[in-house]
Amino acid sequence: MSQSYDRGLIEDFGRWREFTAGMWAWVFHKFTGWVLIGYLFTHIAVLSTSMQGAKTFNSTIQGLESLALVRLLEVGLLAVAVFHILNGIRLLFVDLGVGLESQDKSFYASLVLTGIIVVASVPTFVSGAF
Amino acid sequence: MAQRYSSFSSGSTAWLLQRITAAFLVIVLAFHFFQLHFVTHAYEIEFAGSQARMENVGYFVTMVLFLVTATFHGVNGVYNALVNQGIDGIQKRVVQIVLGAAALLLVVQGIRVANTLAGF
Repeated sequence: MSQSYDRGLIEDFGRWREFTAGMWAWVFHKFTGWVLIGYLFTHIAVLSTSMQGAKTFNSTIQGLESLALVRLLEVGLLAVAVFHILNGIRLLFVDLGVGLESQDKSFYASLVLTGIIVVASVPTFVSGAF
Repeated sequence: MAQRYSSFSSGSTAWLLQRITAAFLVIVLAFHFFQLHFVTHAYEIEFAGSQARMENVGYFVTMVLFLVTATFHGVNGVYNALVNQGIDGIQKRVVQIVLGAAALLLVVQGIRVANTLAGF
């Protein structure tokens, strides 16, 4: 499992038609990871308004949550987080040698399960925003 | 799908720490989302409620550990992705310094926020 090979430059998206399920899993995991670490900085910045007092914190959160765009972005964040979690669990099992022969299927299952969880969560996330 | 697709060298310390933090984050991130979107809806969040949660020592410790592990996991992931893309020499050093400083600032600010909410 530690053998290396030349996979070429995967960031050259002109090659996307050649991508296998494993390459898509890697690209999606990397993309969702970048989004999540970027969001963490934004999240702490917003929560930092608590240092200005309860009034500022409450008006900031309520102001953001009143925007439909923010609610939709939260749905996107959920999709990104759920996929990263499910695909991450898949990777942990793969690293433990479990399910090596069904990695394609477990990747597709991660995608489908992410879709189901996100769609089922939409009413909760957009409640009162529209 | 027999080939191994990863930004990490299998068996390295960075790889192992990424896996250990992942196992913790899988549970805590799911809990965090569930707690602050389904138990308490995001639009209902107020200072008083956050304060009440943060005053619980177990919750406070979990959130600080969540912050530290998430920051490490994210920064370690970004760094190894960049190394995997071929950065080397001075570029690698600059990335180490920038990511290290950003991670430190994030953790310090996050703990300050947690302390404010907990009333410390």
